[in-house]
Parts: sequence; structure tokens; C-alpha cells
Amino acid sequence: MTEWRSTLARQRYLLDFTVAAMKRRRARNLGLLLVYGGMVFLLASVLFYTGALKHEAGLLLAEAPEIVVQRMVAGRHDLIPETHAETLRRIRGIRAVQGRLWGYHYDPVVRANYTLLVPPSDDIAPGTTVIGPALARARGAGIGDVLSFRGHDGALRAFRIQAVLPQESGLVSADLFLVAEPDFRALFGVPAGQYTDLALRIPNAREIQTVAEKVLETLPDSRPILREEMLRTYDAVFDWRSALVLLPLSGALLAFAILAWEKASGLSADERREIGILKAVGWETGDVLAMKLWEGGLLSLLAFLFGTAAAYWHVFGLSAPLLAPVMQGWSVLYPAFRLTPAIDATQLLALFFLTVLPYLAATLVPVWRAAVTDPDEVMR
Amino acid sequence: MASDEVVPTARLRAGDLALFLLLLGLLALGGSLLHAALDRAGAHQRSEPARQLAQELGLTGLALFTEARYTRHPELSDQHAPFQNHPLTLEHFPSGTWVPPPRHLHD
Repeated sequence: MTEWRSTLARQRYLLDFTVAAMKRRRARNLGLLLVYGGMVFLLASVLFYTGALKHEAGLLLAEAPEIVVQRMVAGRHDLIPETHAETLRRIRGIRAVQGRLWGYHYDPVVRANYTLLVPPSDDIAPGTTVIGPALARARGAGIGDVLSFRGHDGALRAFRIQAVLPQESGLVSADLFLVAEPDFRALFGVPAGQYTDLALRIPNAREIQTVAEKVLETLPDSRPILREEMLRTYDAVFDWRSALVLLPLSGALLAFAILAWEKASGLSADERREIGILKAVGWETGDVLAMKLWEGGLLSLLAFLFGTAAAYWHVFGLSAPLLAPVMQGWSVLYPAFRLTPAIDATQLLALFFLTVLPYLAATLVPVWRAAVTDPDEVMR
Repeated sequence: MASDEVVPTARLRAGDLALFLLLLGLLALGGSLLHAALDRAGAHQRSEPARQLAQELGLTGLALFTEARYTRHPELSDQHAPFQNHPLTLEHFPSGTWVPPPRHLHD
């Protein structure tokens, strides 16, 4: 017990000495802490934002159709006939085949793309529409207003807004324009019995792959897209976008790495003299190492703790205003949404190992070299 | 004499400030993680309308990148055409990545 107390007291004296020494180089250490914390903040923000978006995509697409079947003509997506749906209904393992009608419409008024969709329940009266929240915002439209589009034949078709989808659903519905089936077919000239693609429902998850193979075998001109593939695509999209953020940052990261390495590994003449004097007055190598470990540990831990906490509130409290423009791309219609905080131990550990450990290692090696050298030699 | 005795006074040591800052940092990060855990239920409720709509309409994509058809539904874009129909076409080619947004977007 006494030994434990004396160790603790010894460490506290070492910490006192370290902080006093750091205060002598106040501007240099504060600057380093700010830059270090800023780097952790940026890295953590990208990591948290990407992780949360992937998590959100996984949650939202959990109920997506197990397989979407497209028809390919000359290497391009084409309309799929009802006869294909009937063929697929005969495959064992498929519970339901639903023909989907959806497409895009470019609105020159706000220079934005809308996603026009016929709801499977088809509960929208012809001549009316239900629109997404970002679309309503961009057009300044509300319930009862009329939006008109020019169809494939040049005729103007008007839609009275029946409802606006809730803001909370914006992540999947920002640009939606829901219309009745006859309106959709008339607007785009899609003949009866033709669909954009087919959604397959497969109750047994273990049969999805087999069913996809059977679909390809039965309909060689089709392209089945599995739900797993959709999720993997989104993972790739978010990874790519986060890489785009990190790429310009990599120069800054490298500059910081050089700065930190220089500061941590290249001992200044002052520091070498300080170590020599400490050794001359009786400090042991272990004490010098402990002191430098305190210095490096304090800097890196403070940068890690405050940088990570700030990144958390930036992403989940303020919806990442610094990263949103990159994620947004060129979109005119962009959903207003709050991400679900999704942080796991792996992310925090990865961040810790990436930011704290290299700095500590860079601090200790040169100090150990100086500390084991003869004090007289060090001071010269 | 009592006046010769050294009376211990509570003095802030240099290391106390560092320990206080570390504790503050731990509290900040711990508080954030606690907030994440507590907010999970609320967040689930918040995203319920989106989940319900995705289920009802059989949606397969997020409305995050609405600028073009291959970015709005990257999961359903053509695989075979390398340009204009490929998911991430803008980012696929280095020049596309660095092209600034159209003027009307930032004027």
C-alpha cells in the first residue's frame, strides 16, 4: 500500500515537473495541441459521418425488395414486360413479383431531377400527386398547389399536390413525386403491360442467391440485383466520398505527421541539455522516460479526447456542416436529416491507434537514446 | 510554539491542471458516448417514417445524391456503360472529380 502511494506521489511530482516544463514552451505546445486536436477532429468527423450513413442505409434498405430484376437490351436498362413477371412467378422460392413503375423527370424551373414513382398500393387519385419535402421546398409548393410537366408527347400535364411527405422521411423521399399509374404511363409514354423493373420478394434469405441464378437462367436478358449488392454499392459510395474528403486533407495530415515527428523525435538542444542536467543531478533513465511519456501522453490524449468529442457533436449535433457540401455533390434537392449516432469500439480504437500511438512511439525512442547516453556527452 | 509549525495549505499543483483537463476530456468523450446510447431509442423513432415509407414504396435508394440518375440510384445503374451510366461516374474519372459545380448552384 505504502509502495503504491509512493509510486503515485512520484508520478505526480513527475507530472508537475512535466507541466512546468511544458509551460515554459507554452506557445509551441498549445499550437501543437490545437493542430493535433484539429487533425483528430477532421479524421473522426469523416469516420463518424461515413459510419453513420452506412448504418442509416443498412436500416432503411433492410426492407427493400430482396431482388430487383431489370431487363437489358444492347447493354442498357430497358422496360420489362409483364410476361417476364409471369415467368418469374413460376420459380420456386419467390413469394411475390411486383412490377415497379418509376423514372426521372428533369424540372428546368429549379434545375433539379425528380424521381417519379407509382406507389405499389396505387392509392393516388389520377391528376394528383404526393411530393417529397425537399421538392416542396425547392418549388415553394404546398398542399393544393398545382405542378405541371411537359410529357413525352409535348402535352402539359398538371398535378394537384395532395400531400407532402414528412420531413423525417427526407433521407429516402426528398425528391419523390408520387403519381397514379395512368398518369405515369401517359406522361412517359410507357405502354400498358410494361414496367421499369420487377421487385421480387423471397421469404427465405438462404434462397436469394439460388433464385438469382434461376432468374438469369430463365430470362437471359435480365439483370438481377440483390439487396446485398445494393447495400455494398452504398458502402462503396460512402467510402469513395470519404476518401474524396481525406484526399485533400492528406497533405495537411502529412504536414502534421512531419511536424509531430520533428517535435517528438528531433530533440532540441535545450531538451538534450535538460535531459543531461536531470541525469547529472541523479535522475534515472526511467524517470526521464516517464517524464517524456507524460508529456507525449498528455498532448496526444488531450487531442484525442477533445478532437473526438468535438467531431461527435459536429456530426450528430450539427449534422456535419463542414462535410455536407462534399456529400451533397451537385444536388439541388438535398434532404434535411439528422443522423443516428452510430459509434462502435472499433472506430474509436482505430482512431486511437492511428493518432495517439504513433506520437507516443515517436516521443519515446529519441528520449530513450538521449537518456541512456552519458550526461556529460549529452550536455556538450 | 504553535507559530513555528508549518501549516499545510491547499495549493494547486502544476500537474493538477493537466489532470483536470484530462478528466474534462474524458467527461466530454464519455458524455458523447452516453448521449449516443441514450439517443438510440429517440433516433429509432425519428427514422421510423423513413423506414415505413421505404417499406411501403419498396424503395431501394437514398435521396442523397439527386443530381443525376446514376447517382440517385447507384445501385440500379447500368454496369456496362463506363460513361454517363456508371455509378459514381463523376468521381470515376479524375477530371470529373475536380470539375466545379455549375455556376447556378453557388451564385
